[in-house]
Amino acid sequence: MRHLLDTRSLDRETALQVLDVAEDMADTQSRQVKKLPTLLGKTVVNLFFEDSTRTRISFEAAAKRLSADVINFAAKGSSVSKGESLKDTAQTLQAMGADAVVVRHSASGAPRTLATSGWISAGVVNAGDGTHEHPTQALLDAFTIRKRRFGAESRGHDLAGVHVVIVGDVLHSRVARSNVWLLAALGAEVTLVTPPTLVPQNVSQWPVRVMYDLDAALAAGPDAVMMLRIQAERMHAAYFPTEREYSRLWGLDAVRAAGLPESSIVMHPGPMNRGLEISSEAADSPRSTVLEQVTNGVSVRMAVLYLLLAGERNDERGEVK
Amino acid sequence: MSQALVIAGVQLLGRDSTDIVIENGIITEMGAGLSRSGARVIDAAGLVALPGLVDLHTHLREPGFEASETVLTGTRAAAAGGFTAVFAMPNTQPVADTAGVVEQELALGEAAGYATVQPIGAVTVGQKGERLAELGAMAASRARVRVFSDDGFCVWDPLIMRRALEYVKSFGGVIAQHAQDPRLTEGAQMNEGVVSAELGLAGWPAVAEESIIARDVLLAEHVGSRLHVCHLSTAGSVDLIRWAKKRGVHVTAEVTPHHLLLTDELVRDYDARFKVNPPLRTQEDVFAVREGLADGTIDIVATDHAPHPAENKACEWQAAANGMVGLESALRVVHQSMVKTGMLEWPDVARVLSTTPARIGQLDGFGTLELGRPAHITLYDASAPGVFTEADLHGRSHNSPYLGRELPGRVQWTIHGGVVTVDDGVLVEDLSERSESK
Amino acid sequence: MSARTVLQEADIARALTRIAHEILESNRGAEGLVLLGIPTRGVTLADRLGPIVSGIADTDIPVGSLDITLFRDDLSRHPTRSPKRTEIPDGGIDGRTVVLVDDVLFSGRSIRAALDAIQSIGRPAAVRLAILVDRGHRELPIRPDFVGKNIPSASSERVNVRLKELDGVDEVTIES
Repeated sequence: MRHLLDTRSLDRETALQVLDVAEDMADTQSRQVKKLPTLLGKTVVNLFFEDSTRTRISFEAAAKRLSADVINFAAKGSSVSKGESLKDTAQTLQAMGADAVVVRHSASGAPRTLATSGWISAGVVNAGDGTHEHPTQALLDAFTIRKRRFGAESRGHDLAGVHVVIVGDVLHSRVARSNVWLLAALGAEVTLVTPPTLVPQNVSQWPVRVMYDLDAALAAGPDAVMMLRIQAERMHAAYFPTEREYSRLWGLDAVRAAGLPESSIVMHPGPMNRGLEISSEAADSPRSTVLEQVTNGVSVRMAVLYLLLAGERNDERGEVK
Repeated sequence: MSQALVIAGVQLLGRDSTDIVIENGIITEMGAGLSRSGARVIDAAGLVALPGLVDLHTHLREPGFEASETVLTGTRAAAAGGFTAVFAMPNTQPVADTAGVVEQELALGEAAGYATVQPIGAVTVGQKGERLAELGAMAASRARVRVFSDDGFCVWDPLIMRRALEYVKSFGGVIAQHAQDPRLTEGAQMNEGVVSAELGLAGWPAVAEESIIARDVLLAEHVGSRLHVCHLSTAGSVDLIRWAKKRGVHVTAEVTPHHLLLTDELVRDYDARFKVNPPLRTQEDVFAVREGLADGTIDIVATDHAPHPAENKACEWQAAANGMVGLESALRVVHQSMVKTGMLEWPDVARVLSTTPARIGQLDGFGTLELGRPAHITLYDASAPGVFTEADLHGRSHNSPYLGRELPGRVQWTIHGGVVTVDDGVLVEDLSERSESK
Repeated sequence: MSARTVLQEADIARALTRIAHEILESNRGAEGLVLLGIPTRGVTLADRLGPIVSGIADTDIPVGSLDITLFRDDLSRHPTRSPKRTEIPDGGIDGRTVVLVDDVLFSGRSIRAALDAIQSIGRPAAVRLAILVDRGHRELPIRPDFVGKNIPSASSERVNVRLKELDGVDEVTIES
């Protein structure tokens, strides 16, 4: 793997490889000594243009458990805010000898621009770009679904026959997009439930079913319900009238959660708006995988860094998967 | 007085082989077997002669944005592309909303000498859309402005648009609208559609262009004015213009070369060379605008040449500027998309790239290749194969979407008022020896 | 390229039986023994060896596997490898005698990686090494405790171990 920029171009085989290696990584985390010497001498730079303590810490933990050196670079803005440009920042990292750059940016496509520009030779991991993709989030979500379903025998399994309902602001969600492509590649069935204003105008090419009615979608008894965070500011751009109305129509309250099949799980990428898109009862119930998702995130990111950095590296800059 | 020119054996509008004699900047004779003693003979066998191209929509960036382009560098790029006249859009700094600025632009064009620069005046003060600029003063100035536009911005307030349409009737002016509803395109980055949904880039829906065009043609009809629509890009817009013309509305429309060839699929790599306003649209839209140009619904091709320095394009998509340079590639792109597909022939190319733009812009002396008329001529080698490269760019900026792409043809000679600006495929460096007073 | 067979099915079976006796002899019985095979063929051999040792000692000897991929020192010289399973038997390895089982001993680097892997899992009382084929050319000070056969080889030659469970046949060949 040269870069991990999106799940759109991730084939089933590579996706399963990531998930299976993540299982191995997860196993090592229950040993007495959690640290592995695998990436000794490699430098991983966390290049975060957007604040995100949670994701950054997750990547940092993953890199350090593999004995890589971690540099945290909190860069400010883009040319718009007249900070240092993406190009200048990238070239600084190259001069520092970064082997991998984990980048989070508010502009969709920024990681791809970085990876294909020729400014750096490091491998690029997209930690979230604008409203485009967040591939490691989708991978840890798929890992979580698989783990709950197959337990210790997860290795090698895809998600064929698993029905996942994703609820919320799909239009602005990189988590939703990454999950749509990855879940489809793994054979899962995906339903999107959103207010009509918060789904992209043309998703006719997406491998999903789109519904506006949450109760109808939940009546089908999905295996996993993934709640997306809603930003209250969207109210002011007329995407929905009030928080109360949003919550009533598209929130996972206690009643809706209780109505789910016994084995169904409730997921959320975090941070949660308790009481808005998800009730506390749902978030704290045994169905909820919110905390496991965090733990699994470290294992999945260890797997990604391993696959990116451990093997021999092809030095073809143009080749982006 | 400069040397006489004899263009020998050229295919006039791609048809019959002719000789053309130019003396003192005028076409003095056309026929077969012509000569003049002491004249320079240009062997034009195999070349197509077109009336000197006229671009109704160019951004020369001067005054104010000389890092991107100047009147000198922009007109050099124009000449290289076969253009003998360019209409300069007013989104400069200061904005060309007064007689003073437009006269300055005119003077810069005259000093450079590569092409005739006809300034376009802003519709509103500062292009802010609030108050009309002194359109009358600009019309009466030495620059004789007849085309007014707030291009870059839409004249959104319907009342201001109505007043502007009415006001320019007093001196035969025309309002050229950049049709883009600002409320429907806040933060927009690319065409709204299948690709934007996937890429997570905010969409610029076709309806934001079409709804403004619909409103403006109805306003123009109501007040009995002429209207010109800039860079029309969607199938729906073509339908609206067709409908309006059928009703007898005095509307004209332009399409850019890039909208005749490129689609939003090219945005998938987030390469900001393809970022432009209005954005690249779908293949259906490309086919529709080609049809519209072929059947006359769309009257002309205009480049919307928009230079930007490298750092404004070599960055993440969201931070990149909108625009592509287009003067040097325009004729070749029209050749590729319209002539090679059989939709236009060379006389039609002359019509859409020279005659009609000159007529809409009321630019005397341009648009025809006739006896007694000023010698503004473009000689084009349609058989030259080639790849468009940096070497083909002669402006200050290189933000072209065609770099590395195969484009046919080559501008071999450009003659501006009898002065050779492109000499056998090479841009003339120093015009001072050859220039003569117009 | 020519190949010659150095061990056949019967040779391999005899070697494993002899190794099983040697393990019990050196350990003075079965107390505290744990066999850990190194994937891929070391695991197959450990799965065969375990029952043999158990049979002789008349008590069940725990058998597991130890993946060393994440501890290798040569990862960047090869295309990315996928790790294999590590299964430590119930009771773990603390205070026990771990016998590593592998098919071929060559540079010794795999065993070094295995020792590092063991260290992250627990603290055995002792670690021993059982090898089917020792082909020499050590690059580290590592030596086996139990050897099926010593096969001197040129470093350019390839030693191939094939086992019925994976390859359909039991044999060890050298290709030059």
